[in-house]
Amino acid sequence: MTNELVDFTLVSVALLGIGIYGLAVKRNFIRMLFAVEIIINAANLNIVAFGRYLSHAAGESLALFSIAIAAAEVGVGLSLIIVAYRMYQNVDIADFRSLKG
Amino acid sequence: MADAVFLALTVITIGSAIAALELRSLIYGSIALMGTLGGIAGFFFLLDSPFVALFQLAVYVGSIAVLILFTVMLVRRELIFKNIEDRRRKFAGLALMLVTMVALGAVFLDSGIKTITTDEPAAEFRDIGMSFVTYYWPALILMALILAGSVTGSLVLAKREDVENDQRTS
Repeated sequence: MTNELVDFTLVSVALLGIGIYGLAVKRNFIRMLFAVEIIINAANLNIVAFGRYLSHAAGESLALFSIAIAAAEVGVGLSLIIVAYRMYQNVDIADFRSLKG
Repeated sequence: MADAVFLALTVITIGSAIAALELRSLIYGSIALMGTLGGIAGFFFLLDSPFVALFQLAVYVGSIAVLILFTVMLVRRELIFKNIEDRRRKFAGLALMLVTMVALGAVFLDSGIKTITTDEPAAEFRDIGMSFVTYYWPALILMALILAGSVTGSLVLAKREDVENDQRTS
């Protein structure tokens, strides 16, 4: 294979950095969900890359499980966005303060 | 050394990840997120894992991105274009991103994974399917239950109680 493991790992690190930036800076709930998606995809890329280069089928199996669980997480997250939007008429997380002590 | 397809996929993936977070309109942002997810699927093809790549295309690009797009459309129009962030936080976030990238990148470049190469054939999807129904079957059942629970939970969460009460009174 012409591509090396470290290339895939560096792409994954870059995606993780972008995701952390989005999670830290953005206050829009939907954008934060985008950032979480990017981080999950970086993790999946790492899992599959290591599974391929260490020649083990477990990497792909784990990635399939991870994709399915991420789908469930997005479903719940989007319905939370809908509920919060209905309560506050906004998607700014600074407005979601009913749990604040 | 990486080949041209890899570099093109890297540009597409990272560029559209930045666009997904920085584009003014949330609708274009979610379309850019589709680009990121598709680029990751391309990386899976490069890693000789076509089964995972097609799963990624079907689940992420096919359903999750469309779900996000529809949720964005449910939000009020001015909120889609409103950009809420403070400047100081933005610089702190950029610094955090750079620290993460440089630190983790240095660790990876310094570690022994640069020497890992493989000539072995990739795992076949038959092996994956076999391991799913033999070794991983409890995890498979657990995943099915989690998916069912999360779908039910999100339906219950998003249900409109006021509409139901209206129907009950009329």
